[in-house]
Amino acid sequence: MALLEIQGVTRRFGDFTAVDNVGLAIEAGEFFTLLGPSGCGKTTLLRMIAGFDPADGGRILLNGEDLAGKPPEARPVRTVFQSYALFPHMTVEGNVAFPLRMAKTPEREIAPKIAAALEDVRLVGFGKRMPQELSGGQKQRVAIARALVTHPTVLLLDEPLAALDAKLREEMQIELIDLQKEVGITFIYVTHDQTEALALSRRIAVMNQGRVEQMDAPSNIYNFPRTRFVADFIGHCNLLSGPVIANVRGVVTLDVKGLGPVDVATGSKIARGSSGSIALRPEKIRIEAPSSTPPNHHYRGTVAELLYMGDVTVYKVATQNGTRVEALRANSESGRAQFFDVGDVVEMSWPVDAGHFIAE
Amino acid sequence: MSVAPIGHRIGRWLVSGPPLLYLVVFFAAPTLIMVLASFRTPGEFGGLAPLIDESGKLDLNVEAYTRFLTEPIYFEIFLKSVWYALVTTLICLLLAYPLAVLIAKSPKKYRDLLLLLVILPFWSNFLIRIYAWMIILGPNAALARAVNSVLGWWGAEPVPLLFSSFAVLVCLVYVHLPFMVLPLYANLEKHDQALLDAAQDLGANAWHRFWRITFPLSLPGVYAGAALVFIPALGIFAIPDILGGPNDSLIGNLIKQQFLETRDWPFGSVLSIVLTLAALALAGFAAWVGRRNGGFGGPERA
Repeated sequence: MALLEIQGVTRRFGDFTAVDNVGLAIEAGEFFTLLGPSGCGKTTLLRMIAGFDPADGGRILLNGEDLAGKPPEARPVRTVFQSYALFPHMTVEGNVAFPLRMAKTPEREIAPKIAAALEDVRLVGFGKRMPQELSGGQKQRVAIARALVTHPTVLLLDEPLAALDAKLREEMQIELIDLQKEVGITFIYVTHDQTEALALSRRIAVMNQGRVEQMDAPSNIYNFPRTRFVADFIGHCNLLSGPVIANVRGVVTLDVKGLGPVDVATGSKIARGSSGSIALRPEKIRIEAPSSTPPNHHYRGTVAELLYMGDVTVYKVATQNGTRVEALRANSESGRAQFFDVGDVVEMSWPVDAGHFIAE
Repeated sequence: MSVAPIGHRIGRWLVSGPPLLYLVVFFAAPTLIMVLASFRTPGEFGGLAPLIDESGKLDLNVEAYTRFLTEPIYFEIFLKSVWYALVTTLICLLLAYPLAVLIAKSPKKYRDLLLLLVILPFWSNFLIRIYAWMIILGPNAALARAVNSVLGWWGAEPVPLLFSSFAVLVCLVYVHLPFMVLPLYANLEKHDQALLDAAQDLGANAWHRFWRITFPLSLPGVYAGAALVFIPALGIFAIPDILGGPNDSLIGNLIKQQFLETRDWPFGSVLSIVLTLAALALAGFAAWVGRRNGGFGGPERA
């Protein structure tokens, strides 16, 4: 049995259904991420697990026990809030001691526990500071130490790194992974940042309009998106759509506007005449100078835009009828740092198993 | 020290000049006159005796101060005034706090209306409102009859509500309550709900959330409200004059008496100086406590 089971949970605000019949099973010790755009219901779901929002339908079970009717203060669940919500009138120690005092921890045990928690988040020596004397990253660590000091069963993190700058965010991501392994507590992480979700999580639930669109390991989410939404939301993705014109031995051919017939390998049975999309990641497209006679499944186009990113260059290639395909070329490849210019004619190709077929 | 451009300096004086002038003419100068008056001799027919007496000597003395320090009755009245002001402040705090919380937590669209209701009494004259209490507390009013009939069942003697310490306190609280509600509301309204959510998430029940989070964060508002109630309550004379009994004379009444009835200006000045110093000392104390406990710069904004 999973540690935390969310069964058919629904939450409505007036006419708006924020969380729509969501079912999830989260294992003990897992780093689980709820990923989705703002307004997809991920934060509402988190607040329901914490106990701040009641469910209009469904059940939330922790260790098999229904949490309904238990107020937030009685749940073995702690939250790290996006705004940190440190108590401004207490020192760092006072903040970390707060949940211990609420749990009536004997006073002599409090000091060692504070010290251990501050060590976990690498804030030794900051105990006497006031929150407003700390940087954003330090505040974040205090919030995490405060939430972890009582060893909750589940730690909920609501976009905890959103307010930090990019470099610090990356550092904190690595620290969060290490910390989670060290304490072994189940983390449920909410974010709208797909790179963060991919980097941190063991499993991700991608949410859209109150529903879970796909739940899987990061690499499966990235490589095998189940819906157009997931493909589009996670990273950059070309979505090549059209009717299915052939289906031979696990290879489906789509008639894509502006490209012509495109093959994709798929395990699923797709009827001819139905339509679908191929999700094709830019980095899987080979982009090269045009050959005199283009072989099968090579597609020509003109470079319409390019973005030089340092490590890679992103080419936006326009084919006939104005269809745009995004392709990526690593600048680590030998030769010049930049291979093509705007206006150059290029040829794109990819293996038949590079794309992922999504049925409509 | 940096020197501001001359245009800035002129602008600064134009803005701060008029209020500064007003304070100098109507506050600093009268205070100086009062300090000077406290060392002079009362005139034969009221007012002050000439500064240079008939023998051509400067007539300055500390007789009025000696009188205040040697006749215990005055110090007793002063202490009684402090006591009334303290009790008023405490009762105002106890009544205003829940009210301010209620207004701060009510939906935004009702808050302005509720605040308007709090300041509504200011729309009618202060004295008229005190006279209204004469009617409410009068011996033939429903309140006094109800109280006395209850006392009658218990076999107790009937008590007058009007012209008593009770009437003075009730009216002191009534008059000063809005001055406590407003700063408390201004403080509580800014509190970040996320802090209370965090406290609850960390295991705090409703009482602990109030006592450990809301209350300490509201202390700047408490100190401001306490100062706004305590200082005017300390010097008030109209309420004891109108609603009090013979033993409810406070220092404000004493000062008024010295200037208008006894016409002993030097002694009235001494009493005023004592009152001003007491108010200053308490305001300074409140500010010091506020800085020490509230050194976190007010509640964190969302």
